[in-house]
Amino acid sequence: MIGPFAYDALLIALPILVLGIVLAPVAVRTGRREWIPVVYSTLYTNFLLVSTATVAMIVALVTHDFSVSYVAQVGSRATPLFYTVISLWGALEGSILFWAWVLALYGSVVVWLNRNRPGNLIPYTALALLAVSLFFGILLVGPANPFHPVFPIPADGPGPNPLLQNHILMGVHPPLLYLGYVGMTVPFAFAVGAMLSGEVARDEWIKLSHRWTLVSWGFLSAAIIAGMWWSYEVLGWGGYWAWDPVENASFLPWLTATAYLHSMVLQERRGMLRLWNVNLVVGTFVLTVLGTFLTRSGIISSVHAFTVGVIGYYFLAFIALVLIAALVMVAGNSDRLRTSGRMDSAASRETVFLLNNLFLTAFMFTVLIGTLFPLIAEAIRGVKVSVGAPFFNRMTLPMIVMLLFLMGVGPALPWRSATAAEMRSKLLPPLVGAFLFCVGALVAGARNFYGVVAFTFVGYAAVANLREYWIGLRARRNAHGEGWATALYRLIRGNQRRYGGYLAHLGLLIAALGVAGSSSFRREREMTMKPGDTLTVAGQTIRLKGVWGREEVQRSVIGATVEVLKNGRVVGVIEPRMNYYPTSDQPVPTPQVRSTIGGDLYLTLMSFDPNGAHATIRAIVQPLVSWIWFGGGVIVLGALIGMLPARRRPNGSLSEPDVVPVRGAVVVETAP
Amino acid sequence: MNWKRSLIAAVTAVPVILLFAWGFTRDPGEIPSPLPGHAAPQFSLDVFAPGQPPLSRPVGDTVRLADLRGQVVVLNFWASWCGACREEHTVLSTTARLYTGRPVHFLGVLYNDSLAAGEAWIAEMGGQSYPSMQDPGARTAIDYGLYGVPETFFIDGDGRVAYKQLGPVTGVGLAHIVDSLIAALPPKPAAPATKSRS
Amino acid sequence: MKRNTLVVSAALLAAITGRAGAQAAGASAAPAAQQAAADTALDARTNAVAVQLRCPVCQGVSIQDSPAELAQQMRNLVREQLRAGKSPDEVKAYFVSKYGEWILLQPRASGFNILIYALPVLVVLGGLAVIVVAMRRWTKPPENLSI
Repeated sequence: MIGPFAYDALLIALPILVLGIVLAPVAVRTGRREWIPVVYSTLYTNFLLVSTATVAMIVALVTHDFSVSYVAQVGSRATPLFYTVISLWGALEGSILFWAWVLALYGSVVVWLNRNRPGNLIPYTALALLAVSLFFGILLVGPANPFHPVFPIPADGPGPNPLLQNHILMGVHPPLLYLGYVGMTVPFAFAVGAMLSGEVARDEWIKLSHRWTLVSWGFLSAAIIAGMWWSYEVLGWGGYWAWDPVENASFLPWLTATAYLHSMVLQERRGMLRLWNVNLVVGTFVLTVLGTFLTRSGIISSVHAFTVGVIGYYFLAFIALVLIAALVMVAGNSDRLRTSGRMDSAASRETVFLLNNLFLTAFMFTVLIGTLFPLIAEAIRGVKVSVGAPFFNRMTLPMIVMLLFLMGVGPALPWRSATAAEMRSKLLPPLVGAFLFCVGALVAGARNFYGVVAFTFVGYAAVANLREYWIGLRARRNAHGEGWATALYRLIRGNQRRYGGYLAHLGLLIAALGVAGSSSFRREREMTMKPGDTLTVAGQTIRLKGVWGREEVQRSVIGATVEVLKNGRVVGVIEPRMNYYPTSDQPVPTPQVRSTIGGDLYLTLMSFDPNGAHATIRAIVQPLVSWIWFGGGVIVLGALIGMLPARRRPNGSLSEPDVVPVRGAVVVETAP
Repeated sequence: MNWKRSLIAAVTAVPVILLFAWGFTRDPGEIPSPLPGHAAPQFSLDVFAPGQPPLSRPVGDTVRLADLRGQVVVLNFWASWCGACREEHTVLSTTARLYTGRPVHFLGVLYNDSLAAGEAWIAEMGGQSYPSMQDPGARTAIDYGLYGVPETFFIDGDGRVAYKQLGPVTGVGLAHIVDSLIAALPPKPAAPATKSRS
Repeated sequence: MKRNTLVVSAALLAAITGRAGAQAAGASAAPAAQQAAADTALDARTNAVAVQLRCPVCQGVSIQDSPAELAQQMRNLVREQLRAGKSPDEVKAYFVSKYGEWILLQPRASGFNILIYALPVLVVLGGLAVIVVAMRRWTKPPENLSI
């Protein structure tokens, strides 16, 4: 009942999308402007239809309607409600439905907010959004149909993949990822709209799309951190990033989007890098399509890969079309986009932004070629090779530490040009931070080269970014006599993009500290213990209390109760376990972590005696891991600050001029 | 709109798309083994499951690959927790019995499993016609480049790995390979020299 | 004043790292401690090789990180071979002879594989060159204006 109904909704959406796609250029070319609202309404209608189908799917999942193929695939009466709802995105077809819904949502909101704007930019932006929606719409009624009727109707289903039921972060990471990933379609659509409407030399499309880019970037950042956190808590090897192809797929567009957030400022201020920015925006979208192609085509093996089928060919066609269309459009418009840039001096923030883009792009390229190399090598040499963590760490660590360093230099240098005296007064003080962190790391025992360098640069950049806040606060207090809180609030409100940016930098630095700390100081030991035995790792002592088993609704659990001792007293209890799901004969080792600000104690149950006589426990002590998750939160906060609407001042401008002291003179600086 | 540049740019996409299309023609998870064509790694393993007469060997007997030189060896790695091993069990056991008296040895190797579980599995499956050996620490498994179970190695009369089967063997395939390897054996001397087996 | 600060800081740095080094040397005095130190050293060497080898039954993790039984057994084999005096390269070569090049977590830097190591470096250098050239053009004073 609900299956065919939802399928029909998705089916009807297709001709409506086609109508919009055909009507948009026709309306513009023939001058029939009254058809343009019709084009927009095809987007809204698509959103309504896809929403109907999505709600129908959730209802079918929750009511265990096994006549619907997707529910029969991932549903189970034994699965708790929370995991039933989030199984919406747990397998291929559901994830496509969810993608289509997020895309429809973004598309409708973007166009609706801009529906009254004259000109051809928005109609062509809508065209791009409609075209991408059409692809996913075709998938949903074809190879990725989640509403296939199942007959005879099974009484129960196998439930979601066991790995996806092990942790609540499974409810957080995919929606964030889709909101970020799919959100990158919006700036792409604006760029296409600008190129098709011929308005690409003007910067209106960048102004309109900037906030959407920031929103998507914020979601994507949160999604990557949440994914790291999930894999850390669930997968049992104590790591949070394995350079798996699908992890890389989510990371690639993040790198180009971050580059864009910086180079976009150069375009706004100096009219530079127009062609480069279009490349970045279009490239980010192409990378999202590439990422989803790699995940769903099965041509590269990965921990995340969805089940393969004919859908891979559809994605191949899509990426071919997108790639060619993007190249044709950007190359064709390259003349119009080429502008002569002007820079006053190499000693300026502009230079740092250029270097930032260089290293982020090189980083992206390295990860891309590393991910694709097994495919390329097999095609050329006929031999299967692996490209894993050792390669990526080795090649990207130099770039990462350069970026950490630049994060400290950029905020310190002024725009346009800096005198030697200015450079000294801005670039030398953070050296204190560099020195302290370097010494601190060495004293704490760090001996790996990149670890110590990373600590040093983080110290430098942290002081530099904090100093910018400090300088601004001090200037406001001197000029307006405000209290600290008021000054901070007004400072941020006066230039949200800049101070949001500095905060995002600080968040990234905190996360970098977490990564550097956990890798430089990680210690682990494994021991087979009898109840009552103790094990000491890096100053932490644990004692095995016992091994137990219990039945839960959807799984059987064998666990070990381990006490954490400090000076002989029990300060905590950790229970690593193995979860046995009926659908799989291999148990899912489920580690447990005890997190403190200083670090994590991470326990995995490696094996156990069925009689409970002993258990093999692996204990990993990793300092500063929770700083990664906390830093991620600060990054998102910075993005939020940057994307909120700014106060519009009486004279119409959006930012309040900063009062910045420069050795006796007062310089008024606007914009980020 | 610079169409010439557009064309050049579009052309650069073609090799990438061709690469992806080619990617569909092969399985990324299938890793070819370097062993076929090379000398089979030596092993010296103890029997834990004797098998059934006439192919049986006593429990605790040590089987050395070197002793089997000049005959075909079918080496099958299995485990009680392996689902696909159930599929091929009957095929292997029946075929082994069929080839009694021929110059071929069927041997099983237990992989990452407890002896008790292995014995219970054999009993559950109704017996195994040929002996199975234990491989402590999976040293022999690693020596043979094992990725998982079941994997079956076909060793020819010269002690070289002729073929590696990933996944369960099929009846037709098994007989075909064994026949061709036996046919390739060097001709036996006229008066067979019987060796007493310890 | 500034130079003195630098000198003092440098001396402090040397003292701290030097002291940590001296501690490590002192620990190996007693024979039992010597054995423990040797074991730790062997652990470290095993670790260094194990992170380079891919776990055959997992997705992309090294045998060092993998909880799988086969990975643990391979680690033990690595440790044994290192203890017997084999070099890390010989240990890796052994595994490559059994599992193929795939078992190495980064491709051997020879032949076609050199591309993957060279290209990122070329991109950085090329990009730097582009930036330098572009900045020269951008910071050039504008063509003479008629005054």
